Amino acid sequence: MLRISTKPAYDAREARLRALMVAALAGDATAYRAFLRELAAHLRRFLGKRLQGRPDDVEDLVQECLIAVHDKRQTYDPSQPLTPWVHAIGCYKLADHLRRSAAGGIARSDFDDEADEAASHARDAADAARDLAKLLARLPDRQRLPILHVKLHGLSVAEAAGMTGLSVSAVKIGIHRGLKALAAMVGPRA
Amino acid sequence: MKTDALIDAIVASGGAAQTRSVRRRYAVMLAVGTVVTALVAMSTLGPRHDFAYAIALPMFWIKLGFVASLAILGTLGAFRSGLPGRRVSALLIGIVAVVGGIWIVAIAALVESTPVARGALLLGDTWRTCPWLVGGLSIPVFVAIASAMRRMAPTHPHRAGALAGFASGATAALVYAFHCPELAAPFIGTWYVLGMLVPTLAGAVLGARLFRW
Repeated sequence: MLRISTKPAYDAREARLRALMVAALAGDATAYRAFLRELAAHLRRFLGKRLQGRPDDVEDLVQECLIAVHDKRQTYDPSQPLTPWVHAIGCYKLADHLRRSAAGGIARSDFDDEADEAASHARDAADAARDLAKLLARLPDRQRLPILHVKLHGLSVAEAAGMTGLSVSAVKIGIHRGLKALAAMVGPRA
Repeated sequence: MKTDALIDAIVASGGAAQTRSVRRRYAVMLAVGTVVTALVAMSTLGPRHDFAYAIALPMFWIKLGFVASLAILGTLGAFRSGLPGRRVSALLIGIVAVVGGIWIVAIAALVESTPVARGALLLGDTWRTCPWLVGGLSIPVFVAIASAMRRMAPTHPHRAGALAGFASGATAALVYAFHCPELAAPFIGTWYVLGMLVPTLAGAVLGARLFRW
């Protein structure tokens, strides 16, 4: 396993994060915010080392890990060290991410080329549906499928979660991020 | 979404949580699954007819100790595999040691017996049904552990599935031991272990699908 920091720094961070987490679990919102902020910074370094050259992916993954830490916070046993718990969640989400991007990688680069080519031509406003499909195709599955199911096909978030195998919060986040990404794609050209 | 905005949203949804609730839920589900398995076993199979006689035999207690220790190690291992960052290697070594222990007793029994009797020690009267009954009886316990596991966070879903399967197999074997007429260590070390491996393998395969989060 890659070491992130020296032993004293590791111990100091462990003590700090653990104290904040214990206070947060007892209902201290200020401690929870401080915990999540420091955890985000730590995860950014931890995941950054493992995902070099993909800063956007790192931030996505940091957010996914924060949500996972929140959703699964009751699986932390306060009598145990916190860092192994956090790292195990980080590694699990990282492996999940790599698996997904390996599965979607080839298809996505094809779509990227096609979309770039299309962008250089004048857009036909009447062809909005085709454009939307093309833009959607540029999104990763975890954003595209929730938007497709919930926003275009009108399913509920829970149904979309069942169909895609994503968690309910992952579907909501996928929709949110996907819509933002779509807006960013269309925005500058409009 | 900016990470800071996400943090605000998370904090707003509340951070207070009962970390003991995971353990309680696991224990309750395990108890429910075990009771269902025991009810199914006692209503369909019943206890062995010579139960009063059997409990006077040391080998009955060795058999019970064997399956009970595997059930304890397995359920503890399945529980830990649902908590990120917890190690299960010591429990796995314990499981291997217990199985190794019954094999030593089994080999001693085989060496001491005559060649003619060895087949009977190994196959008993019920070797055809034993692994399948143990595997079948493990289903209620597996469902119970799996439902507790879905609230947990297994970071190695295959391993968590295998341990959940093994735990349910060992618990089922513990229940089955009250019905089963076999007492020979070679039989226990072979067919009981195979019976526990059936749900272990099924759990390893199912775990990857059931325990994603």
